[in-house]
Amino acid sequence: MKFKSVFDIIGPVMIGPSSSHTAGAARIGRVARDLFGKQPTWAKIHLYGSFAETYKGHGTDVAIIGGLLDYDTFDERIKTAFEDAEKLGLSFEFIPETANTEHPNTARIVIGDGKQEMSMVGISIGGGKTEITELNGFPLRLSGNLAAILVVHEDRSGCIANVANCLAKYDINIGHMEVSRKEKGNMALMVIEVDQTVDEQILEEIGKLPNITQVTRIAD
Amino acid sequence: MDVLFHNVRELVDRANSEQKLISEIMIEQEMLITGRSREEIMAQMDRNLTVMEEAVEKGLKGVRSTSGLTGGDAVLLQAYMKKGNTLSGELMLDAVSKAVATNEVNAAMGTICATPTAGSAGVVPGTLFAVKNKLNPTREQMIRYLFNAGAFGFVVANNASISGAAGGCQAEVGSAAGMAAAAIVEMAGGTPEQSSTAFAITLKNMLGLVCDPVAGLVEVPCVKRNAMGASNSLVAADMALAGVTSRIPCDEVIDAMYKIGQTMPTALKETAQGGLAATPTGKWLEAKIFGGAVVTGGN
Repeated sequence: MKFKSVFDIIGPVMIGPSSSHTAGAARIGRVARDLFGKQPTWAKIHLYGSFAETYKGHGTDVAIIGGLLDYDTFDERIKTAFEDAEKLGLSFEFIPETANTEHPNTARIVIGDGKQEMSMVGISIGGGKTEITELNGFPLRLSGNLAAILVVHEDRSGCIANVANCLAKYDINIGHMEVSRKEKGNMALMVIEVDQTVDEQILEEIGKLPNITQVTRIAD
Repeated sequence: MDVLFHNVRELVDRANSEQKLISEIMIEQEMLITGRSREEIMAQMDRNLTVMEEAVEKGLKGVRSTSGLTGGDAVLLQAYMKKGNTLSGELMLDAVSKAVATNEVNAAMGTICATPTAGSAGVVPGTLFAVKNKLNPTREQMIRYLFNAGAFGFVVANNASISGAAGGCQAEVGSAAGMAAAAIVEMAGGTPEQSSTAFAITLKNMLGLVCDPVAGLVEVPCVKRNAMGASNSLVAADMALAGVTSRIPCDEVIDAMYKIGQTMPTALKETAQGGLAATPTGKWLEAKIFGGAVVTGGN
C-alpha cells in the first residue's frame, strides 16, 4: 500500500497550486537537503515527463528550491524561494528533459557545495506523496512514510549485522530494510526505515563501525 | 502491515458488522497504523479543517492569481445567491462558490489542504461548509466528514490513483467529488452502503475526465471543475439517500477509473498538450503568460 495514512489523502496543508507538482516537489527538494545534511551552494535539477512540461505553471521550480532551503510544504517562503536562494548563496539551474521515465513526475536533483556532491531521483506519486528511487547511482525505494537512516558502506560481510545490532541495542525497531550495491565488493547502501527516532548519538556510533563510509537520516 | 480495509466492500462490511460509522473505521485504522492516540489524530484533522475554513473565507473575500486567469468568481456567485433568485438552489450554489473560493486561493499560491490533491481541494470543503448550514453539525461531525471522505480517498489512492498525471482529472476531481458525496451521506444520517452508492454514482459520471490545464496552470479548467464536482456530489448524495442504488459496485467503478486512466493518452494527463490546453485560445493564453511562443493577432 503506497498510501498508509488518512493524512496522505486529507492533506498535506500546503501552498498551492499543485499537490504533486508543488507540495511533492518541495518534499523531494527537502529530502535531498536532508540527505546532503547541509545547504548546497549549487543545484542542477533535471525534470522529466509532466514535471518537464508544466513546471513553470505549477511552481515546481520554486518549490524544489524551497525544499533545498529546508522549507516545508506549507511554508509561505516557497513563493520567494528564488530570491532567498540568491541571498543564501545557492545557484541553480533547471533542465527539462525529453527522456521517458517510469513515472510521469520525476526529478533528478544533483547538488553540491564544492567539497561534496550528491545525486538523487525523486518521484511525486500524487496528493503530495513522494518516493526516492535513486541515490548516488544506487537504486532504492524510500517511501518517506517512516523515519529512515541511510548507510553507505563497503560491501563486506558483517556490516549489516553490526548496524542491526547497534539499532537493537537502543531498542529501535526496523520496519523495512533494503540493501543495494552497484557492483560486488564495492560500495553498498543500506536503507533502513525505523519505527522510532534515531538520535544523533546513535548515528555517530554507527558511523564509527568498521567499513561504514557515511550515515544520514531522514526525519519522519 | 495489516489494515482494516483494502476496498470499499470491506469498509462497508466492517462498518455494518461492527455497527460503526465509516469515519470511525478510518479513525481506528489511523490509530492502528500510526500508533498515535485518537486525540492526536482528531486534533490533526481539526487543524486541517481550520485551514480549509480559512481558505474559503479568504476566497470569498476575493483573490486573483498571478497569471490573472482565475479569481473573483466566488465573490460573483455569493453576490448572485444573495439576490435570492438562484435556479439550482442556495445550498447548491453555496457549495459551488465555496469550492471555487478554495481553488481560487490555491491558484493564487495561498495555503490550502489537499483533498485529495491541491487541484481538487475545493470539492470536499466546498460541500462541507454548504451542507453545514443545513444540517448544523457539531465540530466533531465536521471532522468526521473529513475522515469519511478520507476513507474513500484511501481506497482510490491505493487501488487506482489520485494523480492527474497518472489518471487524468477523473482521478482528482472525480475522486474528490466521490469522497464528498460519501461524506455528505454520513453527515445526513445515511448508511455506510448509501455512502458507497453515492461515491459510485458520482465517479461513474466523471469517468474519462481528462487533465488538460491551460498553460499547465492549476486554473483553467480546474477551478470550474471543482465547482461542477461539488454539484455532482450533492446530487449523487441525494440520489443515494433517496434509495437509488448503483448497478456497478463501487470498487468496480474505481477499477474502471484506474483502467481508463492507464489507457488515456499522455497528452491528456497533466502535460498541457491536449484538450483545452491545445485549443487556439488555450495556446494563446500560454504564450501570453509565459511569452515563450510567438503571439499572433496583434498582441
